[in-house]
Amino acid sequence: RYVLEPSSRSKRIEKVLIANRGEIACRIIRTVKRLGIRTVAIYSDADKDALHVAKADEAFRVGPAQARFSYLNGPTIVDAALRSGAQAVHPGYGFLSESADFAQLCEDKGLTFIGPPASAIRDMGDKSASKRIMGAAGVPLVPGYHGNEQDIDKMKLEADKIGYPILIKPTHGGGGKGMRIVHTPDEFVESFLAAQREAAASFGVNTILLEKYITRPRHIEVQIFGDKHGNVVHLYERDCSVQRRHQKIIEEAPAPNVSTDFRAHLGEAAVSAAKAVNYYNAGTVEFIVDTVSGQFYFMEMNTRLQVEHPVTEMIVGQDLVEWQIHVANGEVLPLSQSQIPILGHAFEARIYAENVPKGFLPATGVLHHYHVPDSSAVRVETGVKEGDTVSMHYDPMIAKLVVWEQNRAAALVKLKDCLSKFQVAGLPTNINFLQKLANHQAFESGNVETHFIENYKDDLFVDSTNSKEAYEAARLGASLVAACLIEKEHFTLARNPPGGGSLHPIWYASPPFRVHHQAKRTMELEWDNEYGSGISKILKLTITHQADGKYLIETEDGSPVHEVKATYVKQHSFRVEADGVTNDVNIAVYTKDQIRHIHIWQGSHHHYFREKLGLDLSEDEESQHKPKFETSAHPQGTVVAPMAGLVVKVLVNDKTRVEEGQPVIVLEAMKMEHVVKAPSSGFVHGLQAKVGEQVSDGSVLFSVKDQ
Amino acid sequence: GRRKASWICSNLFGTRRAFSFGVLPDAVDRNSHVFAANSTSMQDLISELQSHVQRVVAGGGPEAVKRNRSRNKLLPRERIDRLLDPGSSFLELSQLAGHDLYGEPLPSAGIVTGIGPVHGQLCMFVANDPTVKGGTYYPITVKKHLRAQEIAAQCKLPCIYLVDSGGAFLPKQADVFPDKENFGRIFYNQAVMSSEGIPQIALVLGSCTAGGAYIPAMADESVMVKGNGTIFLAGPPLVKAATGEEVSAEDLGGAAVHCKTSGVSDYFAQDELHGLALGRNIIKNLHMAGKDVLQNGLKNINYEYKEPLYDANELRSIAPTDLKQQFDIRSVIARIVDGSEFDEFKKLYGSTLVTGFARIFGQPVGIIGNNGILFNESALKGAHFIEICTQRNIPLVFLQNITGFMVGSRSEAGGIAKSGAKMVMAVSCAKVPKITIIIGGSFGAGNYAMCGRAYNPNFMFLWPNARISVMGGAQAAGVLAQIEKANKKKQGIQWIKEEEEKFKEKVVEAYEREGCPYYSTARLWDDGIIDPADTRKVIGLCISASLNRATQDTKYGVFRM
Repeated sequence: RYVLEPSSRSKRIEKVLIANRGEIACRIIRTVKRLGIRTVAIYSDADKDALHVAKADEAFRVGPAQARFSYLNGPTIVDAALRSGAQAVHPGYGFLSESADFAQLCEDKGLTFIGPPASAIRDMGDKSASKRIMGAAGVPLVPGYHGNEQDIDKMKLEADKIGYPILIKPTHGGGGKGMRIVHTPDEFVESFLAAQREAAASFGVNTILLEKYITRPRHIEVQIFGDKHGNVVHLYERDCSVQRRHQKIIEEAPAPNVSTDFRAHLGEAAVSAAKAVNYYNAGTVEFIVDTVSGQFYFMEMNTRLQVEHPVTEMIVGQDLVEWQIHVANGEVLPLSQSQIPILGHAFEARIYAENVPKGFLPATGVLHHYHVPDSSAVRVETGVKEGDTVSMHYDPMIAKLVVWEQNRAAALVKLKDCLSKFQVAGLPTNINFLQKLANHQAFESGNVETHFIENYKDDLFVDSTNSKEAYEAARLGASLVAACLIEKEHFTLARNPPGGGSLHPIWYASPPFRVHHQAKRTMELEWDNEYGSGISKILKLTITHQADGKYLIETEDGSPVHEVKATYVKQHSFRVEADGVTNDVNIAVYTKDQIRHIHIWQGSHHHYFREKLGLDLSEDEESQHKPKFETSAHPQGTVVAPMAGLVVKVLVNDKTRVEEGQPVIVLEAMKMEHVVKAPSSGFVHGLQAKVGEQVSDGSVLFSVKDQ
Repeated sequence: GRRKASWICSNLFGTRRAFSFGVLPDAVDRNSHVFAANSTSMQDLISELQSHVQRVVAGGGPEAVKRNRSRNKLLPRERIDRLLDPGSSFLELSQLAGHDLYGEPLPSAGIVTGIGPVHGQLCMFVANDPTVKGGTYYPITVKKHLRAQEIAAQCKLPCIYLVDSGGAFLPKQADVFPDKENFGRIFYNQAVMSSEGIPQIALVLGSCTAGGAYIPAMADESVMVKGNGTIFLAGPPLVKAATGEEVSAEDLGGAAVHCKTSGVSDYFAQDELHGLALGRNIIKNLHMAGKDVLQNGLKNINYEYKEPLYDANELRSIAPTDLKQQFDIRSVIARIVDGSEFDEFKKLYGSTLVTGFARIFGQPVGIIGNNGILFNESALKGAHFIEICTQRNIPLVFLQNITGFMVGSRSEAGGIAKSGAKMVMAVSCAKVPKITIIIGGSFGAGNYAMCGRAYNPNFMFLWPNARISVMGGAQAAGVLAQIEKANKKKQGIQWIKEEEEKFKEKVVEAYEREGCPYYSTARLWDDGIIDPADTRKVIGLCISASLNRATQDTKYGVFRM
């Protein structure tokens, strides 16, 4: 049993500065407020109207938009904490959460850092040092050979010891150059020599390391918690195997298809790892699991509260932020290992502003419509509200959708339902992709592994725009959109006629009156199945107002007509009856650049349409209002920025010769680097970007010409 | 316990019939033979009407429509749809003007007119149909154009002319050009309305030749569409003949010439849709503030109105197509007015004329309806009621179903002519909006007293079963046969019975043909034939349009006492 000790050392926390932003800041504020502790937010210039600022009791500006001058500016943040009178600093995740220097700075200034000791952060921050410590503590590591002795016989011997398949990797360099997978002992020598030659040619150094190659790895991590009295417990594992660009997108707890024994072993190993560095507060020990052999190996330890901590909270019924405060106050852990329950199953889906078809590139934009499923049965962690901008300065995560149910199958049903009700309009998101993931047969049966998305890419990235069913669904969606928008227009006009209300509203009654015939109107909707992908189709609709108030909607292609009755409920919601089927739909509309953007959510369907406003005027000398459009009509060979970002590297000089595919510029946006390559061989022209410069989405970076 | 409570309730509230003030009873027997018979015959009339309308709405035939489309031009009703506020109503006038009038079809008289809102401002639309005889003006076309202008002037509605016309139809120039109510009157009206501050807007969407050129030239503001719109006093062929100059239509009078050089037009449109959008913009920028006569008379309107308690579609079964049958006008009123509430004035006096107060879409109205022949008392009651309504600025609705004033010695001696004259005086001078709906017969002086066409109702519509003539066909045949018989007798000719019957039959037939609503509406003796079920809506829109101006004071002439 843990022993209660009077916490004589330091004063209790009465006020906390949250050194973070977005959903995690909001989430921390929620618990901290519940404990009766006052909250202090920090913000950059880009965030002065952000949700986390509004939610905190007080807020301090810490610098300009760029994170390195604001959220990464340790001294300023500590200064703000001191000025506010806070006793403690909660770093959240990301930013300074794993900076040993920052933790040290806090402690030096008499502030409690709500996290592990600086020494543990430092130990775990160095990847090879951490592996050494773990190896010494008996935590399993991926078998391998990292020695200096490179004699081929010695290497072969080591390889045989590790077992096949094996990975041969140059110690220097990267990008997969020189890497070889060897499946059988007889292939070894040849592959080893080839790798050596390639390494020497590419990097000038031919030292090679060997590692066991895990063919079907899973990413499983264990949540651990320690207090300042030497107690460490684990709160079971999370499976985070489903990743893209090495970032997790769906996490779950507990890990599916795992035995109780395995779970216990994993937990024990994680506790040993934590104890080896005298760990306290929340931490996560990541393991790679070989699904073929059933072995697990230590990868790294994250010395902070993780993004995906809510799935653990859901299955153990505990508030981990509350635990963090207790530990920081010097109290013992609230529960012992045997007292920690494990109940049901939880999923977390991360909703990102990103361009899935363009390789998950981060996206920016305004949340013109943002409606999350709200019910006591679902937890949505978010740091944004409708009207907010997702900027290029920070992580593009919009929200975390967390669901819990008695078992995995039931939780998955709920996840799918909530995803279909998660409405975002204004910028591209991964919601549709998450739905495909959640609906995939392999995911349903829990056959997750790190290569999941790669393995099933044919299913997950299928462009269904061309299928007949997709077209019919879109046509129905367009018909519903037309009926609902016209219905709402009548609703609004009849209550508030244009022209200052001097005209009797009967002129705007529905259906519009015509003498012995029915009023008709047309609508042209451009349909895309995803932002910017596939080929858009124009749907030309003719809508006839029928005497009973229903709409008869015909499409130019002569497909069967839809008869739609629409009832406006409130704001975005409508009840529609189409061809004898009644259901609820949500419609979001916003206007940008003379285009009306229309989103409709109907059951599990989500459609996006564009309607051109105004007129397409031909260019003419008499026309005084030439529309200024950013067209894709740049001359051939022009390269534009694929996203807004910061130039971090310029690899060639202007006017020099480049080969096709050669990297020219490296951009960084939202924690990710993107290499801009030459589209063809030739000479670079107009390259003016400089390191440290911000470029906007679609701006011209350079062009490649033959001369 | 429960039984006792309910007994008390019924004792307190149930024993006396609830009396709701002014609510008309249903009073229609839906299972009756008459109801079914009326329904069937009215349905036939409406089907016939709708098939006529379907034909005229299609314009001047598939060939002409195709040619029109190929020039990126819309049909006139489509053009109007794009000018109107989205989703708004359009009160089209005299759809069947020109019906069976000339040897050839002239759908809607080649011009579409009507009222609807643009940016919340009611406007009168006058749109040539280029698919009908090239949009040229037949005599009836001129009449329809002038009628639209008359309504616009009366209701102070800005006019939007959608011009696409070859000008006067030359073979009929004698009936188009010279008279007072002929072609020239169009421009006269434009000038006078403009002088009164009623905006005159022209959109030149097609040709606009000769006299037609004055429509945009006389307008306050005009728009021209590049390529399609042309304005010239004489077209290229005439110019060549007159001066030898060879010039294309576009160079002679295209949008560029008139917007850049001549100044005949003000706004240059790239294409038709652009032109229509510019038209909407012109209306958006109108500014009527401070013009008292143009301030609308919208006052005391209750927007929380109730719909009638009874189904408006039943109006199709109430009015008999056989005009000899009587029916209670109150069952019609009950299906037109808000909440079926009608507070009757002088209910017990002169009961063949029903008068009373009600609201239609919240707008106060005084209703005058026939419930039989007009007697002395009925006429006096009518005059009295009209005086009250003019005094209070209450619009009048006439529901006409009248065979005439009572004849005979007793009636004459009682001064029926004097009483009738009082009502005619009141109707003539009343300066409140007047809406007339002929729901049955309209014969003789009854037509006058009940605000027939000659009495300048703001709007006048017919039900499909209506009949208008100076007297009934049978009566006329009787009178004419007597005169003819006397003539023949003077000449010593014996008129055999069969010949007399044939003579009478001919007269009845002529009266039947000329009294029929299509004959009337083709000649613009009215503003259109409506479905009885639309009566409430049409009256509501008409009153709203009529209130688009300041109220006027009524001054009566000498009432013969």
